[in-house]
Amino acid sequence: MRLFKLRGGVHPEARKADSSERPIRPLPLPQRLFVPLQQHIGAPARPAVRVGETVRAGQLVGAGQGSVTAPVHAPASGIVVAIGDHPAPHPSGLPVATVTIEPDGDDRWFEYEVAADPFALAPEDIAARAGAAGIVGLGGAAFPSAVKLDASRRSGVDTLIINGGECEPYLTCDDRIMRERAAEIVTGIRLIQRAVGARHAIVGIEDNKPEALAAMRAAAAATEVRIRAVPAMYPMGWEKQMIQALLGREVPAEGRSADIGVLVHNVATAWAVQQALCRGRPLVSRIVTVSGGAVAQPCNLEVPIGTPVQALFDACGGFLSTPARLVLGGPMMGHQLAHTGVPVVKGTSGVLALTQAEIGRAAPAPCIRCSSCVRACPVGLLPLEMAARVRADDLAGAVALGLKDCIGCGSCSYVCPSGIPLVHFFSYAKGELAAQARSKAKQEATRKLAAERSARMERIAREREEAAAARKAAKAAKEAAARAAEQAEATA
Amino acid sequence: MTPIIAHSPHAHAGNSVARIMATVMLALVPATLFGFWLYGWPAVYLWAVAIVAALAGEAAALKLQRRAVKPAILDGSGVLTAWLLALSLPPWAPWWIAVVGSLFAVVIAKQAFGGLGQNVFNPAMAARVMLLISFPLEMTAWIPPMSQPGLLDSLAVTFGGMPVDAVTSASLLGHVKTEFSRGLDLQQALAGHYAPLEAAWGRRSGSLGETSALLILAGGVFLIARRIIGWHAPVAMLAGVALPALLMNLIAPAHYAGPLVHLLSGGVVLAAFFIVTDPVTSPNTAAGQLLFGLGCGLLTYVIRTWGAYPEGVAFAVMLMNAATPLIDRYVRPRIYGRTRQGEPLAATKKDAA
Repeated sequence: MRLFKLRGGVHPEARKADSSERPIRPLPLPQRLFVPLQQHIGAPARPAVRVGETVRAGQLVGAGQGSVTAPVHAPASGIVVAIGDHPAPHPSGLPVATVTIEPDGDDRWFEYEVAADPFALAPEDIAARAGAAGIVGLGGAAFPSAVKLDASRRSGVDTLIINGGECEPYLTCDDRIMRERAAEIVTGIRLIQRAVGARHAIVGIEDNKPEALAAMRAAAAATEVRIRAVPAMYPMGWEKQMIQALLGREVPAEGRSADIGVLVHNVATAWAVQQALCRGRPLVSRIVTVSGGAVAQPCNLEVPIGTPVQALFDACGGFLSTPARLVLGGPMMGHQLAHTGVPVVKGTSGVLALTQAEIGRAAPAPCIRCSSCVRACPVGLLPLEMAARVRADDLAGAVALGLKDCIGCGSCSYVCPSGIPLVHFFSYAKGELAAQARSKAKQEATRKLAAERSARMERIAREREEAAAARKAAKAAKEAAARAAEQAEATA
Repeated sequence: MTPIIAHSPHAHAGNSVARIMATVMLALVPATLFGFWLYGWPAVYLWAVAIVAALAGEAAALKLQRRAVKPAILDGSGVLTAWLLALSLPPWAPWWIAVVGSLFAVVIAKQAFGGLGQNVFNPAMAARVMLLISFPLEMTAWIPPMSQPGLLDSLAVTFGGMPVDAVTSASLLGHVKTEFSRGLDLQQALAGHYAPLEAAWGRRSGSLGETSALLILAGGVFLIARRIIGWHAPVAMLAGVALPALLMNLIAPAHYAGPLVHLLSGGVVLAAFFIVTDPVTSPNTAAGQLLFGLGCGLLTYVIRTWGAYPEGVAFAVMLMNAATPLIDRYVRPRIYGRTRQGEPLAATKKDAA
């Protein structure tokens, strides 16, 4: 089977060998686990435990609410010591509702019922169990998996693509999990395939991970799951790029992959599905790459959700030098961390401590219109023109050039010889547009309320007048009747 | 750690404007050294004067604008402009031609438009056109190759106002035009004046750095290999000159020179690899660059063949520079998931093969 042609993309220095050759190590439990109630896209979970309550590992501590949501479970047995605000792993460092657990070290697990043969379960049952296990997209987006599975089953997909691209430099968590847990991943893939009724299942893995490819090929040998090598380039792991490479199909703008009959999940998500359905283990830990030039011993750790980031760096021998920048995720799309007190969440693929040499970008120079950004853009946008519009505060002009199609992959900023922070301009503009849309919606709502109020006031006034008129008429009629009676009496 | 939260990406390819400019200059070195060897010390002096004048002019213009002088001088764009201008000048032109040209290029054609990245016209070509119109005599005083006066005599040539018409020899294009006006046909005009191999090496009369097609080509291929420039604009420009030349030569060989004569004379090859690839004044997309290069080539041929000037490269480039915003407006890449018109693609469900 051939691979299809891709557009744009860049080839950043991979820096993966720093962490890819060491096996995954379990990280010991920290003194306290800070488990945010929102680790996913959608509505936050609501606390299902009380302060002082003893919980077992895997026990529900936050129940999902609403249609797009995910529950949250205790990563370890212990006591709930607080439910309240704690800084979130977000660039703002703003606090979010968090369940704080003090592990007791007993490793007592909450027992869930496991189906004797998970493959005998009904498709909707598989999705429901994955949802109940709190599984979200582990590639970084953290979208609730059950919602995706249900939507894809209902609309119908023919192909399930499992994303083993891992195109972000430094990150090797997917590489390691494929090397070490290939059999479980393949089982998870087949379960997802059954949950959505897809006829084909293809795993796309970048060709810079030969060991992972070999391990996955061996594990999938007796199954219908196909393993495919795709060229190593950034952003190969963007799901639309992966679909293009494997199938040559293009997702319509403003649409989803299900529109062209495709569902994409990450390899680690497939592993989590297998754990939930075959072992009754909800998603309470994940593999995290700890790397960067300032880290003494980069490696991959299996980390209980809620572990403060500092514990990860400590487990990797601390810092060689003061890091110039701490990053959550990969260097291309990750967020800068304000401090190391924030917890690891379900979507945390890596924590990086980078040196200045690795970041290496000088003060911005003028744009020389070299169009490196145009060649790098995987979406086919004109980043230099869009940035010029945003800079001139012409947001409508930027939108007309395709601002809303920008995926924020950072390829343009990465190649810009002038060091112009192009993606920063686009993020700013997208935020501005969202704020404008919100304020417009608010104005609209206010206007509607005011109109309704004046209509209501008019109606009340009218009703009052009508009532008064009616009373008057009734009174007049009464008086007239009385007069008529008097007259009649007088006449009589 | 910086208190400001930086936006992703937290990595950079490591290239810079200064590095790009330096690479282009490196690519110009062989053709330039050949020009120095061919035309002697006056060529060296002229080149140096052009660069010093450009740096001084740029620094003064930036100071007047109260903008930072150092980063703009160090990015190398001013030096490159002056270098390209010098290569397009008659090698024994007087010093003030280089000074006036360089100042016009960096002060009027570049800084007055807003500095690096903002100019509409290629500064070197704008300066060349200005010089050609203002000083036609000095700008068409060609000397035969291998004229190598001594150091001091050379000083007299460049700075002393030594009359150059004593050694004047017409460039091929000018010669052909003159001979046509005398009623001779092409074969007679070319006889003894044109040998393709010699022309390819560049041992002929012409501008300082435009004569050696092979050395310029080597520099251009180096730049394409280093991904500093794309192949689209150069190839399109060469095709834009060669195709009409071939066609007209087939129709009337007695009157129209063939493609090789056109490609190997004047500034076509230099312009194809170093001028029409100027990022600032050329279109953003590969398709746009093809269109742009083709336009430059065609206009060059038209001006050379039917215009008043024997050489049309600079005029052609400036005309196409003016068309660049228009090309960029209409030639855009298709956005992922959309039709060329910008509408979302239709949702299609098809089975995988």
